[in-house]
Amino acid sequence: MSEPILSVRDLVKNFGGLKATDHVDLDVYPGEIHALIGPNGAGKTTLISQLCGELSHDAGEIRIDGRSIDDLSVAERVHLGLARSFQITCLLPDYTVLENVALAVQVRSGSSFRFWKGARGDRALVAPARSILEQVGLADRADRIVANLSHGERKQLELAVALATEPRLLLLDEPMAGLGSVESGEMIETLSGLKSRVGILLVEHDMDAVFALADRISVLVYGRVIASGAPEEIRASDAVREAYLGAGEEFDEGDLAC
Amino acid sequence: MRTSVKIALLIVAAAALIALPIVADAMGEKAFISLATRALIYGIAAASLNLALGYGGMISFGHAAFYGIGGYVVGILSFHYAAGEPLFGVIPGTNQLLVTLPMAMLIAGLFAALIGALSLRTTGVQFIMITLAFAQMVFFLFVSLEKYGGDDGLIIRRTNAFFDFNLRDRETMYYLCLALAALVLVALWRITRSRFGFALVGIRQSERRMAAIGLSTYRYKLVGFILSGMGAGLAGALTANLLRFASPDMLHWTKSGELMIMVILGGVGTLFGPFVGAAVFVILESVLASWTANWQFPLGLILLVVVLFTHGGVQGFVERIVGRRT
Amino acid sequence: MTLFVEQLLNGLQLGVMLFLMAAGLTLIFGIMGVINLAHGSIYMVGAYVGCYVFLQTGSFLTGFAAAIAGAAVTGILIEFVVIRRLYQRDHLDQVLATFALILLFNQGVTMVFGLQPLFVAMPSFLSGSVELFGGLIYPVYRLAIIAVGLLVALGLYLLINHTRIGMLVRAGSTNREMVRALGVRVGLLYTLVFGLGALLAGLAGFMAGPILAVQVGMGEQILITTFVVVVIGGVGSIRGAFVASLLVGVVDTLLRSYLPGLLRQVMVGPEADALGAGISSMGIYLIMAIVLLIRPKGLFPAHG
Repeated sequence: MSEPILSVRDLVKNFGGLKATDHVDLDVYPGEIHALIGPNGAGKTTLISQLCGELSHDAGEIRIDGRSIDDLSVAERVHLGLARSFQITCLLPDYTVLENVALAVQVRSGSSFRFWKGARGDRALVAPARSILEQVGLADRADRIVANLSHGERKQLELAVALATEPRLLLLDEPMAGLGSVESGEMIETLSGLKSRVGILLVEHDMDAVFALADRISVLVYGRVIASGAPEEIRASDAVREAYLGAGEEFDEGDLAC
Repeated sequence: MRTSVKIALLIVAAAALIALPIVADAMGEKAFISLATRALIYGIAAASLNLALGYGGMISFGHAAFYGIGGYVVGILSFHYAAGEPLFGVIPGTNQLLVTLPMAMLIAGLFAALIGALSLRTTGVQFIMITLAFAQMVFFLFVSLEKYGGDDGLIIRRTNAFFDFNLRDRETMYYLCLALAALVLVALWRITRSRFGFALVGIRQSERRMAAIGLSTYRYKLVGFILSGMGAGLAGALTANLLRFASPDMLHWTKSGELMIMVILGGVGTLFGPFVGAAVFVILESVLASWTANWQFPLGLILLVVVLFTHGGVQGFVERIVGRRT
Repeated sequence: MTLFVEQLLNGLQLGVMLFLMAAGLTLIFGIMGVINLAHGSIYMVGAYVGCYVFLQTGSFLTGFAAAIAGAAVTGILIEFVVIRRLYQRDHLDQVLATFALILLFNQGVTMVFGLQPLFVAMPSFLSGSVELFGGLIYPVYRLAIIAVGLLVALGLYLLINHTRIGMLVRAGSTNREMVRALGVRVGLLYTLVFGLGALLAGLAGFMAGPILAVQVGMGEQILITTFVVVVIGGVGSIRGAFVASLLVGVVDTLLRSYLPGLLRQVMVGPEADALGAGISSMGIYLIMAIVLLIRPKGLFPAHG
């Protein structure tokens, strides 16, 4: 078994008396999709925020390729190969779809301190951007201003921009949220196509997607990982069932059919 | 609007600006040339502010500091040149435009670097207040220098020397400012379309998103802020030459307000907007002042109405009539 | 030594005046997210209205009432006509709209009262000096200002921490959206907060009347100093405003009184005075710079 890309040990985050992240351990290996599920309010987004650097953790370690990133800023973590998509999309509204991706390509190449040559027409940025848009299925929307996109298209763009940073680890925060069944299906296809190239930590509520994609699943409840393992184990776990039923979520056999 | 229309308008405007002094002279309205020169200089200052504000999203309420510093650099260098004694015992005074203008930009840029480095650690309402406060500090600094005029300002006996041109001559000064304004416009055009501009405007839209793709936003904002300060310094240096006077008023916070008014009148975040806004402001000030001594009252009303009820200032207004937003 | 204590008290007096301005301003920033440049204009209105009435009627207390009423009315009027439209707008629009208000108020006051400053004498029941400990003779009026300021601080503390309205104010300061989402009558809350801020500003303006000049433009000078106080104290925090205003008031006063004297040791008289005055003016900004270096959000930031 190779080394994990992402290694989280004993992560703690408290808000006053509230334990948002309660001694969490987590690994993501290259080439796998590790899903993180849990009832609402479990602390999934808080965890993602700590991993990407927007929120500072109170205790514990986060490592990428064995290297500690505890003191690195958001931008510095991106340089190490960590990319994150936002649950509530965070895009550049006045730019087009293509421009959003091209800018990410530009930043990746570290060439943003150029002051004369035009950026938008630059083939060195546009060509890679277009090919990424092809991958996620947004090629025909390239010239649309983001403010005019549908919800599903924005989610796709979130993924495209994350890919443009050439990540080794993707933190995806509910990429399916709000997507219709056709769009969900497309997103599932895109994500499974990515598997070989990156490690993915997938936070999701959509159980169809989770069981279709995940190699491993961890279950987060009240900031604690109560179960972690292969999908079949999670399906069979009493603790998980109780957590979901106890929280009022329906989790019967019917939902588990793939 | 379509590119061909844009280019046509540009050519017409350029021709009109070049012909302006000749026409004004023929109509016996020589004072108009000075008005136009002031508009061009303010346009440079407003356009520079616009780089930080309109394109970079940094609402600086302290740009008068850089504008005034530019003026005082010219004044102080001129003072030491006339007195024959070097500044701080080392730096010789000079009357050469080709030295004073770059020096003005350099020193203004230096102050922008210092003020920006501190201010950009904050955002939002704090940033606005801090830039205002630091500019006020610069104001107090220069007013306290009795040697350079203190409260009364610094008189500059002779305009800077620029080859054999006589900058006291209205037309010559106008064409100099027109040429520099054109250069500034070209520079801003390239900068805003470059990779740097691409990133800067991205930062304005969402710093969070820019950090998430790996950009350390602070240094880009700082560079934008410094460039913006340098442009304001250039404008200040030209003003000192035009008026042959470096006045503390140039550093006063109300001047910062005036520059912002010009930017919003013309259209925030557009290339030509600040120049249009500067022209509108200069004309408005001139017209209103001829009606009443209390001209700031109608100015305030107009500003209030423009802010509350229009979006995009004059350029936005024109674009809505002529065609869709580009 | 007595000179030092005297200057310390002067600094306290200035600090307390700054607190009256800063408390309102920081609440308006913190709860409503609006930057209001016209706060200084309300200070000016309070000064003009109150002092004018005082001059006409000879009664300080009538003037006091007029100042407070005038300022509150002005504040509510501004809120209704202009500020209300700015809550959803970006900061640039807020800056420019309230800057326009400054122009309107300054010119308006000039048109009504002319350019000559208004001079008011101290009211007889507050004039004169008392002897404090150590043989220090100190003006009663300034002591009164300090007393009023501290009382207001106490009142605000009780209001914010021990009433329901205060609870809403604290909540709004830390999370504006949540307060709105909870269905609180935000419009009313905003108007009340704005009115309170205006009232305090008017009070400060009126009290300043006898010791400073009542003239057009007086608002802007204190406004910028108030900004420094708010930045140092932390946007949205009354406690921060209190600490910072006293700090700024004392440091500014001590610098102005001692620096020129110190400079005279090494420089010629008038130049030392001018430079001393200049550097003293810069002092508080340097403090602000230092605070920004170590705590970019101020000493007591209200937001998490």
